[in-house]
Amino acid sequence: MESVALAHPVALADVLDRPDIWRGDALSCAAVRAVASGFHALDAELPGGGWPTGALTEILPAHEGIGELRLLGPALARVREPLAWIAPPHLPYAPALAAAGIDPTKLVIVRAASEKDALWAAEQALRSNACGAVLAWPRRARYAELRRLQIAAEGARALGFVFRPREAARESSPAPLRVAVETDRGGLALRLLKRRGGPLASPILLAPMPPAARHRQSHVDRPSLPAPAARDLPARLAHA
Amino acid sequence: MRGVCAGMAASAALALVPSLRIAARDPRSESEALAGMAAWAGQFTPRVAIEPPATLLLEISGSLKLFRGLEALAGALRWGAAEMGYGTLIAAAPTPRAASWLAAAGHEKLVTDPAQIEAALAALPVSVVAGARDELETLEGIGVATLGELRALPRDGVARRFRRTLLDDLDRALGLVADPRAFYAPPERFRAAIELPAEVSEAEALLFAARRLVVQLAGFLAARGSGVQRFALALAHRDREATRVEIGLSAAARDAERFTMLLRERLSALQLREPVRAVALEADDVTSLPGEEPELVFEKGRPPGQWQHLVERLRARLGAGAVHGVAVRAEHRPERACVLADPGAEQMHAYFGERPFWLLRHPKRLQEIGGVPHHEGPLELLAGPERIESGWWDGDDASRDYFVARASSEALVWIYRDRRGDGGWHLHGVFA
Repeated sequence: MESVALAHPVALADVLDRPDIWRGDALSCAAVRAVASGFHALDAELPGGGWPTGALTEILPAHEGIGELRLLGPALARVREPLAWIAPPHLPYAPALAAAGIDPTKLVIVRAASEKDALWAAEQALRSNACGAVLAWPRRARYAELRRLQIAAEGARALGFVFRPREAARESSPAPLRVAVETDRGGLALRLLKRRGGPLASPILLAPMPPAARHRQSHVDRPSLPAPAARDLPARLAHA
Repeated sequence: MRGVCAGMAASAALALVPSLRIAARDPRSESEALAGMAAWAGQFTPRVAIEPPATLLLEISGSLKLFRGLEALAGALRWGAAEMGYGTLIAAAPTPRAASWLAAAGHEKLVTDPAQIEAALAALPVSVVAGARDELETLEGIGVATLGELRALPRDGVARRFRRTLLDDLDRALGLVADPRAFYAPPERFRAAIELPAEVSEAEALLFAARRLVVQLAGFLAARGSGVQRFALALAHRDREATRVEIGLSAAARDAERFTMLLRERLSALQLREPVRAVALEADDVTSLPGEEPELVFEKGRPPGQWQHLVERLRARLGAGAVHGVAVRAEHRPERACVLADPGAEQMHAYFGERPFWLLRHPKRLQEIGGVPHHEGPLELLAGPERIESGWWDGDDASRDYFVARASSEALVWIYRDRRGDGGWHLHGVFA
């Protein structure tokens, strides 16, 4: 056992971050349980030291694709229970999830025909208390609907993320944590519009999180044929 | 209110408030309700005593640590009682009699120090101890309004002038004389009922009343360390036989939230043939459910659910195809490296290099202006090319050069240039 521990040194903080670790002193601070975000600058400003479980967190990106999912990647990789993705705008891409350390088998993706179905599914996922995280992309959600989700999240062990357009920041929201995501010099600038204990005036700057994107290698599994046209020809004829 | 007070004739009260609704007092329902609350309170301490008509005494010194102190315990009691639809006055004292007097007088104090009892009781009106009406009048007649003033009178004089038990009660309250109590033993089965204030014809509207009973049931089960696998909600009508709504669970449980959710679903689908006057909750097969310690229940919130159950529920409403998982396939063409699968399906592990979190279902053709691909403005190529050539064996041949590109919105996207055909640019993914 000792040799195993030496071969794989595990930081105490990492162990304590695990949501399934029950700490004796949790009695005194049971109100907020959190999953470390993986970004120290962010964890330092989040009540409980990470993304809160049992509560709704609003993510308000300035534009789709600027890093709103990469921001959650480390936390989602830490969660052991299933991850419900409700009405995502595109197909979550399994190879990217696996590369980020998120086991694709844990995903439960729900496609909803209507806004009502999407909100219902998100509420069910939170209420079931079977998920480690629930991510929802409502096209538009009113205060009362978000309030239902917040109530469903309370007492559950799941992280609850709701992705909304940046303009929604102007509306009031029952979510205890609201994070506006913007870009700044290639990295992200997070504004905690709302959190337990008051908003944060200055943005939190996170270093750029580019996809490693240094691949020069190619995936070529075709036998190198000097004259592809020779093979293409019959195929074209067949379709003609 | 508006001059209506206890002891007034109904006709006099109606003269003051014509809209007054008068209901006959039902002592049997009252004592049933109090017994139900006693069974519910058993989750906080096994020592619960009933003091009719409207008081419960809980011996809590052994429970304080478990429930994180007196304030927290009082809060849990108040909250739970409110969930069942009861208002409460909660007081604590080192003796049961002092606690019940404080509560009866509306002094919601939590006294823990035996030395403080006398001071806390001194301000209470003598009505808490006075038995008969004439006794109270006599006490007031000699200028004694509070227990403090009563204590100040010479003991032998009080003993002679009033009944002996008056002093005994005071001594019990002060802890000078022992005050043993018979504790309530909860029944083997659970049954509780609520008479509705008005007839209800919408089944969903019954959930509010049913919820109160469910909370009571959950407390009853927690007190016994047990659970139920079946329970029934009986809806009483005026002329018809009661409608029974039977709820079955896959395994014994005692979770009020789960019970409520199941009832909500059943009631929402129920067509009532006649209005309902009363609802009753019954659970006969109470089985042992070695449960979590209360502190763990409090810590963890709800017990974990089964995700398979969640998938079943979602599919039942949205259709089987609307709920799925994703799986990795050993396939270089990006659109084929990810397939829809059943949630939780076993799958292979393969590493492809950097891939976007979002893949577009259909690649989107991009404009090229001056040799630069455009997507909501010009795209800046950050990395690439990653050449993917594959699929020659199945006729769906792909030969593409992939790039990571930054849009003017700072979004990172995954684009490719088709090496076949006209060599056009396509948007295939968003790194998000």
